Amino acid sequence: MKNTSIAKDRLGKWRKAKDTAANITITGGGLAVLGAILLIFFYLLYEILPLFQSAKLELAERYEIVQTGESKSAETLYLGMEEQAEIATRLDGSGHITFFRTSTGEIVDSKQLPVGEGVDSFGLNSEQQPLMALAGGAGVLLAQPNYKISYPNDQRLITPVVDYPYGEALIDIGIPESSGGLIDTIAVRDGEEELVLIGKVDNALYGMRFIKEEDFLTEETVLIEEQLALPIIDIDINWIAIGSDQQWLYLVSKDGSFRIINLVTAEIIDRGRLLDTGTVTDFRFLLGGISLLVANDQGEIVQWFMVREDGKPPRLQKIRSFSSSDAAVTKLVVEHRRKGFIALSAESALAIFHTTSSRLLLEKTVAEDNRKIATLAISPRANALLTLDDAGGYSFWSLENQHPEISWSSLWEKIWYESYPEPDFIWQSSASDNDFEEKYSFTPLAFGTLKAAFYAMLIAAPLAVCGAIYTAYFMTPGIRRKVKPLIELMEALPTVILGFLAGLWLAPFFERNLAGVFAIFILLPFGVLLFGFLWSRLPKPIRLRVPDGWHAILLIPVVIAIVSGCVAASGLLELWFFGGDMRAWLTYDLGVSYDQRNAMVVGVAMGFAVIPTIFSIAEDAIFSVPKSLSYGSLALGATPWQTLVGVVIPTASPGIFSALMIGMGRAVGETMIVLMATGNTPVMDVNIFEGMRTLAANIAVEIGETEVDSSHFRILFLAAFVLFLFTFVVNTAAEIVRQRLRKKYGSL
Amino acid sequence: MHINNDKKISLKQWVRSGDPFIWINAAAVSISVVAVVGLLLLLTVRGFGHFWPADVMEAKYTLPNSEGYTVAGELVETESVPLEQLLSAGFEIDSGAAFIDRMLLKQGNRDVNGADFAWVIDDYLSEKRYPSQLMTIERREWGNFYGYLQTIKQNDAVMSSADLWMDFQQRIERALLLYAKIEEIEKGNVGSINYQLERLRLSERGLALDDNVSSAARAVKMLEIESERTQYQQVYSSLQKDLASLYQQIGRDSFIAVTMDGTAVEIKFAAVVRAYQANAMGVAQKSLLYLEKFWEFLSDEPREANTEGGIFPAIFGTVMMVILMSIMVTPFGVVAAVYLREYAKQGLMTRIVRIAVNNLAGVPSIVYGVFGLGFFIYFLGSEIDEVLFSAALPAPTFGTPGLLWASLTLALLTLPVVIVATEEGLSRIPKALREGSLALGATKAETLWRVVIPMASPAMMTGLILAVARAAGEVAPLMLVGVVKLAPSLPVNGDYPYIHLDQKFMHLGFHIYDVGFQSPNVEAARPLVYATALLLVVIIALLNFSAVALRNRLREKYKALDM
Repeated sequence: MKNTSIAKDRLGKWRKAKDTAANITITGGGLAVLGAILLIFFYLLYEILPLFQSAKLELAERYEIVQTGESKSAETLYLGMEEQAEIATRLDGSGHITFFRTSTGEIVDSKQLPVGEGVDSFGLNSEQQPLMALAGGAGVLLAQPNYKISYPNDQRLITPVVDYPYGEALIDIGIPESSGGLIDTIAVRDGEEELVLIGKVDNALYGMRFIKEEDFLTEETVLIEEQLALPIIDIDINWIAIGSDQQWLYLVSKDGSFRIINLVTAEIIDRGRLLDTGTVTDFRFLLGGISLLVANDQGEIVQWFMVREDGKPPRLQKIRSFSSSDAAVTKLVVEHRRKGFIALSAESALAIFHTTSSRLLLEKTVAEDNRKIATLAISPRANALLTLDDAGGYSFWSLENQHPEISWSSLWEKIWYESYPEPDFIWQSSASDNDFEEKYSFTPLAFGTLKAAFYAMLIAAPLAVCGAIYTAYFMTPGIRRKVKPLIELMEALPTVILGFLAGLWLAPFFERNLAGVFAIFILLPFGVLLFGFLWSRLPKPIRLRVPDGWHAILLIPVVIAIVSGCVAASGLLELWFFGGDMRAWLTYDLGVSYDQRNAMVVGVAMGFAVIPTIFSIAEDAIFSVPKSLSYGSLALGATPWQTLVGVVIPTASPGIFSALMIGMGRAVGETMIVLMATGNTPVMDVNIFEGMRTLAANIAVEIGETEVDSSHFRILFLAAFVLFLFTFVVNTAAEIVRQRLRKKYGSL
Repeated sequence: MHINNDKKISLKQWVRSGDPFIWINAAAVSISVVAVVGLLLLLTVRGFGHFWPADVMEAKYTLPNSEGYTVAGELVETESVPLEQLLSAGFEIDSGAAFIDRMLLKQGNRDVNGADFAWVIDDYLSEKRYPSQLMTIERREWGNFYGYLQTIKQNDAVMSSADLWMDFQQRIERALLLYAKIEEIEKGNVGSINYQLERLRLSERGLALDDNVSSAARAVKMLEIESERTQYQQVYSSLQKDLASLYQQIGRDSFIAVTMDGTAVEIKFAAVVRAYQANAMGVAQKSLLYLEKFWEFLSDEPREANTEGGIFPAIFGTVMMVILMSIMVTPFGVVAAVYLREYAKQGLMTRIVRIAVNNLAGVPSIVYGVFGLGFFIYFLGSEIDEVLFSAALPAPTFGTPGLLWASLTLALLTLPVVIVATEEGLSRIPKALREGSLALGATKAETLWRVVIPMASPAMMTGLILAVARAAGEVAPLMLVGVVKLAPSLPVNGDYPYIHLDQKFMHLGFHIYDVGFQSPNVEAARPLVYATALLLVVIIALLNFSAVALRNRLREKYKALDM
């Protein structure tokens, strides 16, 4: 007896333990699964948040460099860093170049460039390719700092050198001896085929173009020089810049007026003022040599570039302006790989901007105590800054600025991109070269998404809702039991099959039978009505032989006959109305371009995909309207149709609405059909005969080619997040409406 | 409904009665039904039609102002085109008819003609005939060949034989056998050895990276690895010898065939899959060949950039992925549903969670793909690689799309389906049953295990089947997380650990997308795509029907218990 009770006790404990274990496992497991679902939301958020973060600047090191011996000048002409930001280069006013470690200030190498008496003026080709032009005496020396990387003992060793790609001798740019003056401003532009040097002596311009030709015997490059004819300029020239295609010469004076010279025709092609107020304090190209940045002493920075419009001469256009404070901007430094720049103010504050996104990413005062920052440099990877103050103290900063090109405006607003005639919405993510301006506008994608969903709903909504009304309210139960699963079977049909049929069968079919397809849209409703009317005039015995609620069965042969008739007559219709070729008629007579894979194909295919979703939910909603309501209406003498319109549909309307919302959500997120049935070009055009690119298809097309954690990668995550939020909100709204409805019926 | 129907009603009365609107609504149902049935018929006809050995027509084709030539091929389709369209497309036609019939001929012989397919205008075809000697040869490359058999060569010497066609078929048989042997060695044995060698290389590297091993132990292990490697290399070289001899044998025979324009082409027997004279075959023979081709489609590997041959790896990959997905999704989905229905406090929070779970089913699948790529592959995968597969780095093992991640992504995608279906099943179980069990002294866990779960099991099955049907047809997320157009080997084979979860795989849905849209020869691939699509539809329809049947059975079973 006692034994059994102990055993029972033990069993009881064991059972209790099992119960507790089950409790913990199921609660834990359940919460974990729900947590995993939440994770999707938070992970997407985690991936896109860095897009909207500001830049971070942190001081790494401060030091001073004691110049040994030869250096005579405190003026810094050039300060730059190599790729790894380990070695920095400084060129001073006497033509002395110093290479030092950015982290310690230890001098690696130092030499005097063969420029003679000292540097009268200095010009730089571009940040990425820092070919330096040093004017001294009557000629120009071209020198370029270079960094050789070797791996002795598996350790990276960077050896800085100075290259003279055009020789160590001074190059003559055609200044007559009689002028006798110094070259006080110099500009250089080096390209694949040409090198252009332009200098100014007493406000007169002299320039030389060197055409590079390969000697086919020695395979050496030979320079063929050609004196440039340059007009006399009516403004004081303080800055000279040569465009990257070596076609345009930009001249700017301190008061803000500019002249642009076409170097081919030697004519002034545009003139005007870059700034309305203030004095110009710095002027330089943005990455790529297309956009100009001009800063003034009131803290304003303006971006300009040449704009070509059809039938008009090119002109310089003000694009956008930036400002962070009222203090004068003393220096502009541009990024090497992106369209961003840094403005240094007279109060030694840095402001980091990006042009395309119009973003101010960081503002920070960087000077120590009472010193002033004289100049600064940014590393090619934009991950480090080096500042030099007026007392000779260097500061080395680490910079974190991963995704400056994204902002609300660059995603959703019209942006004036470089070399475009006007502001526009453009999605163009793949770079053709390093100077490429990324165009990440979501607007064309969102537009494409809505366009596809609109045409799909145009097809699906009437068919599905009307079908649901008939099936739920008029159809005999026997047929309903067969028809409903058949239409719902469509929902299980993989969209890849619909997409494939749309792209490879439907698109060519529509193109061949365009007239017939339009005839179907027009004739089908009329044909059905005609049949219905004729049916009502048939003698009663024939009519009564068919049970009530068989309309749909009767109509099947009618539908088939009308459709096949229209298709068969398509050719004739084209012959009668469109000169035998409706496509050509559309293109030439109406001026409507026609893509084979267009919005109409997508509309039909995707409409087909969403019909079952809408049908199924709407049918349920109508069917679950309490029968007592409709019986009451019928008993009061209303016809079935009046009962439907007056009683059933108003009661079921929230359900029908939620069905449409869910269908819409599905159309917005559908990927494969759009991917296969359109040309996937991100255009903004409501034309039913043109394609589109949707957010979902865009992700599928592009995410495989992006670099992990790059801006492009994160933007595609942002697109996924937008889709997620959109469908989630739409579906939740629909679900809440549906639940309300259910509650209402419950009380009836 | 209409009481006074003896008289014919006027149009006005008819409109007022609301009848026209009823007809319009009925038409919507009819259109939907016609569309569904039409779509399924289209797929069936085109999908099944592909395998029928079609007659090969030969005819003389004379365009105006040019000399005629002979064309031959299978008739693919005929269409009637307005004359204008043809003229604007650059055809020279001197006809007064408004419509011109044109035919698409599959003329094969891509190596001779340059194109497999040609449009010909019916009016200019003359002397149409179906010669019984005209043969169709399916080849491993360059597509089909149509022509007449002339001579058979063995070691470059012309052979004479009494029955040329018999001899021809026998030699094809022989080549096919040899080819199967070569395949077995190359795919099976050599592949396995390469896998083992790679494994040895990795363990060698792992040893070099491991600091905890003493130099003596390391030397011993290195020696072991080295001896194992020599063994494999010996086997490998002997296999190479076998292969060389097999290649020599298979390259022995060739034959010369003449095309329509009289060009004699020498074709190796090694390149022939099968040859037949369609025009000489009866219906029974054709049916046999049809079945043979259909079986090849199901069981063989793809050829010619997936445009010919079979789709076995895609079927296998789909099934494999779906099985793995089911293993992952079922327990989690069921646990979550049981928690929501049986354990969680039923309140506002649970309702919100329920709505959220429900709505996740409506979130676009591509979003799950993006999540899988970012979280599973780039985050989890690279972590796993760092910890477990550091020897293989920088080549990623799990930090790259693969079977495991694809299954996991789809499991997440189908989780709401399973949760919703299971919850529905649980909610249908009468409360009295639970209370009865508890009143008899069972704990909550026992009630759940013995009473609730068995009764809800059909609902879980329904959920699982719906999930499988959805997963089998989903392509967009898979494109991001592991599907490829051509996988070198199946994810399951004889090499340890037998199931290779890190491998990329092929998938029916992606196969349709890839062959239909990325293939260089869409026209040739189209019939195969229809067949693949049909297969996918059949699989998914079967799964869905079984889900519906199960659900109905469940409802019937517990109807009596409903209060």
